[in-house]
Amino acid sequence: MTGHDGATGSGLELREVAVTFGATTAVDDVSLCIEPAEVVALLGPSGCGKSTLLRAVAGLEPTDRGTVRWAGADLRDVPVHRRGFGLLFQDGQLFPHRDVAGNVEFGLRMAGVNRAGRQARVGELLELVGLSGRGGRRVASLSGGEQQRVALARSLAPRPRLLLLDEPLSALDRGLRERLATDLREILRRTSTTALYVTHDHDEAFTIADRVGVMDHGRLLQIAPAELLWRRPADEQVAQFLGYDWFVPASALGAARPRGAGPDDVLGLRPESLVVDADGPIIGLVVDRHRTRGGTGLLVHIDGVGTVGARAPGTAVPGPAARVRLRLEAAVTAVLPPA
Amino acid sequence: MDRHRRRVGVALAGLVPLGFLGVFFAWPVASILARGLLVDGALDLGGFAEVFDSDRTWRIIGQTLAQSVAGTTLAVLLGVPGAYVLYRCRFPGRAVVRALVTVPFVLPTVVVGVAFRSLLVDGGALAFLDADGTFAAIVAALVFFNYAVVVRTVGAMWAHLDPRAEQAARALGASPARAFREVTLPALTPAIASAASLVFLFCATAFGTVLVLGGPAYGTVETEIWIQTTQFLDLRTAAVLSTVQLAVVTLSLTVSAWSRRRRETALRVQSDAETARPLRRADLPAVLVTAAVVLALLMAPLASLLAGSLRTPDGWGLHNFANLATNGQRSTAEPGLGVGLEVSVWQAALNSLRIAVDATLIAMVVGVLVCVLVTRRPHQPGARRALSVFDAVFMLPLGVSAVTVGFGFLITLDRPPLDLRSSVVLVPIAQAVVAVPLVIRTLLPVLRSIDERLREAAAVLGAGPARVFTAVDLPVLGRSLGLAVGFAFAVSLGEFGATSFLARPDRPTLPVVIFRLIGRPGADNLGMALAASVVLAAMTTLVIGLAERFRVHSAGAEV
Repeated sequence: MTGHDGATGSGLELREVAVTFGATTAVDDVSLCIEPAEVVALLGPSGCGKSTLLRAVAGLEPTDRGTVRWAGADLRDVPVHRRGFGLLFQDGQLFPHRDVAGNVEFGLRMAGVNRAGRQARVGELLELVGLSGRGGRRVASLSGGEQQRVALARSLAPRPRLLLLDEPLSALDRGLRERLATDLREILRRTSTTALYVTHDHDEAFTIADRVGVMDHGRLLQIAPAELLWRRPADEQVAQFLGYDWFVPASALGAARPRGAGPDDVLGLRPESLVVDADGPIIGLVVDRHRTRGGTGLLVHIDGVGTVGARAPGTAVPGPAARVRLRLEAAVTAVLPPA
Repeated sequence: MDRHRRRVGVALAGLVPLGFLGVFFAWPVASILARGLLVDGALDLGGFAEVFDSDRTWRIIGQTLAQSVAGTTLAVLLGVPGAYVLYRCRFPGRAVVRALVTVPFVLPTVVVGVAFRSLLVDGGALAFLDADGTFAAIVAALVFFNYAVVVRTVGAMWAHLDPRAEQAARALGASPARAFREVTLPALTPAIASAASLVFLFCATAFGTVLVLGGPAYGTVETEIWIQTTQFLDLRTAAVLSTVQLAVVTLSLTVSAWSRRRRETALRVQSDAETARPLRRADLPAVLVTAAVVLALLMAPLASLLAGSLRTPDGWGLHNFANLATNGQRSTAEPGLGVGLEVSVWQAALNSLRIAVDATLIAMVVGVLVCVLVTRRPHQPGARRALSVFDAVFMLPLGVSAVTVGFGFLITLDRPPLDLRSSVVLVPIAQAVVAVPLVIRTLLPVLRSIDERLREAAAVLGAGPARVFTAVDLPVLGRSLGLAVGFAFAVSLGEFGATSFLARPDRPTLPVVIFRLIGRPGADNLGMALAASVVLAAMTTLVIGLAERFRVHSAGAEV
C-alpha cells in the first residue's frame, strides 16, 4: 500500500475530485468529508454525477483531478479490492451461482477468514437483515427485497471501513422501499457504519442520512444536516430540486413571514406551504383547483406575491374567482438568502 | 506498485494470443501476399496479369462463384421451410429431426464428399444419374452441408417472433401468403441474410468436398491453390489465387458481420413466449419439402456411406473395417506407384486423436485469453480502443480458408527463423488457428452476458483481478468451456484443408488417409475409404454430441 502522508484526518476526505469522460465532466471539483459512523446522502437527478462520484470513491472509476483520502491516506494507488470499502448496487448483483450464504461469505473468504469465523458472521448478518436461516436458499428464488437484503449483508460482512450505496432501493416498489429505508437506517446506526448513500429520492435521503448533499451537473451545490438543508437551501436551484416551486420575497408577506426570515430573504414555497384557514392573515384569489391525496390543491393569486400553490383540507372549497384566507406553514417553507 | 504489476499481467495475457496470431496467421498471410505481389522486393503485378490472363483462372473463379451462388440459393430456399417446420411447429419426434438435420454440418468435409460419391459412383443407388464429378453433385453436397446453418439461424429467430404481428395483418384482411410476405418475411430477413452470407462463405471456401467430388475438369479457387502448390509447384500462382480468396473472404465476412449485428438488434425486440403450435393442413407444403430434404438429401448419402462400408465382394460384412488395420491394397498392375499407405488407418486415427488433443489445448489457451481480455473494460480510452481492434483481429481467421493457412505455413515456417517443417507441432498449430475463432465465438457471448457490476461487486469485496476471474467469470463460463473444447476437438479431427498441406507422409491424419484411399484404384481401397469415413463421422458426431450436453440455455447465455 501507499505511505501515509500525514494522517491528518479520519474518515473519508474528498478534495476537488473531478472525473471526466472524454469531453464530458461527470464530477466537477467535488470536496466532501465524511466522519466515522456518519451517513451522508447525495441527492440529485439522474445523470448529475452522483453515481460516478461513488464509483470514483470505490476505485472503479479513475479520477482526473483531486484526491480521495481515507484516514488521511491517499487512495490513488490503492486498487478496488484493497480499499476495504463495501458497495451496494441498485440491483444487488448477487453471484447467481452461489447460494445466500455463499454470497454473504464471499468478502470474508477474500479476507482469509476461516470457515467457523465465516459461518458465525454469516449467521449474524442474516439475522441483522431479517433473513435468519435462509443461508441455503438459491438467490434466484428470492424476491427483489430479499435480494437487496442479502446484498446488504454481503457488503457489511467484511466490516467495510466505508459502505457505498448506489440507489439501493430504487428498483423496489414504494411500500417495500419505505420499509427497507427505515430498516437500513436502523442497521447502519446499530453497526456504526460510515456510509455514502446515493439516491434521487428525497424521502429516502432524509430518512437515512445525517447530512444530505445536493448535486447537479457534476457539482456539489450544498451539503448540510438534513433539517438545515430542508429549511435553509443555499439557493433557488437547490430549493427547486428539493421541491420548492415558487419563490417570493419575504417582505411581500409582511407580518405573515416566518420567524427567522429577514425582510431581504427569499421564501421558497411548496404546494403545502400555504393552507386555507378562516383566520389566516393572507388573502388570495382562487385561480384554479384540483383534487389531491387527502384534500384539494389550489392555485391562488396573492397581491404583491403572484400566483402560487396552496392546499385546502377537505373538498368543500370555493371555486375560481372566490377569495380565501391563507396561513403560512413555516415548517414546510424554506428561507433562502437574498438572491 | 500494485497497479504496475497488474499492467504487466494484462500485457502478458495479451501478448500470448497476439504473438500466436502474429506468427501463425499474420506472418503466413503476409508472406502469401508478398509472394504474389513482390518480385525481388519490388511491387510487380506481373504475376496477377499472368494468372488473370489465363482462361483456366477465369473458369475456376467462375466455377467458385457459380457453386457458391447456387449452393447458397438452394440452401436458403430449402432451409426456410425447414426452419418453419422445425422451429415454429410442434410434432412428435421434432427433437430427433432437429438433431438429424445438424449431423451433416458437423461431419468432416472429406466424409461428406465420400458419402456423396458412394451414392453416385458405379454400384451406388443413384449411379443412373451419371452425376459423379458434376457441378450438380457438388452443389448438392454443399447444400447437404449448409442446410443446418440456414435452419438453425432462421429457426432460432422465427421461434421467438411474436405471432401477433402476423395475426394483426390477417385481421386487417391479408391472406396467409400475403401476411407471410409482408410481415413475417421482412422480420426474418436479418436472420436469412446472416445465414446466407455465412453459407456463401462456407461454399466459396469448400475444399475437401470439392476435391473429393469434383472431377479433373472441376476446380475452385481453393482446390486450385492446392493443385498449383502440390502438383505444379507453382507457388506464385498459388499466392495470387490466395490473395483473390482473401479478398472474397473479407468481403463475405464483412457482409456477415453487418447482417449479424442487424440480427442481434432485431433479436432484442423478441418475445420469449413459446410460439410453436401443432401442425395444420396449411403446413403441408413446408412439411413435404422438409421431409424430402431430410430423407433424400440428408439421409440418403449417409445411408449409402454406411451401406457401402458394409458391402464386401461377397455380400455384407465387416471386411472393410477389418482392413482398417492394414496399409491398404497394393496395386498389382503398377507395383512402383501402387504401394499401400505408409501407415494403417487405425494408426492414422490415433494420429488424428493425438493431434486433436494438442490443437484443442492450444486453441483453448489462446481463445480463453482473448475472450477474457476483450471483455475487460479498461478505464483509459486508448486501451479501450486497442481492445476493440484486438477483438476484430481475432475474428479474421474465421473466414480465412484453411487452405490459405496451410499454404501460408508451407511457405513461411519451412526455414529459419522458424523451421517447423518436420516438427510435430506444425499440424496442431495450423488446426488451432482454424479452431480459435470458433472457441471465441462460443465463449465470448457468455462472458459478454455477465454484468460488469458483478465483477465490480467481487472486486469491492476484496477479490483481485485473478480472483474476480475465478469467482465470477469461470463459474458462468463453466459448461460453455466444455462446449468450446468439443467444437475445437471436432474441428481438429475433421480438418483437411490445412492438414493436407502440412501432414508428413508418415504421420497422416484420418481425413488425409481417406483422401489418399479414394484416389487409389481397387475395390478394397474404396471400401476402406468408406469404412474409415464411417469411423471419422462416428468420432466427430460423438464428440459434438458430448459437447452439446454442455450447451447452456439458462442464465440468458444462449450460445
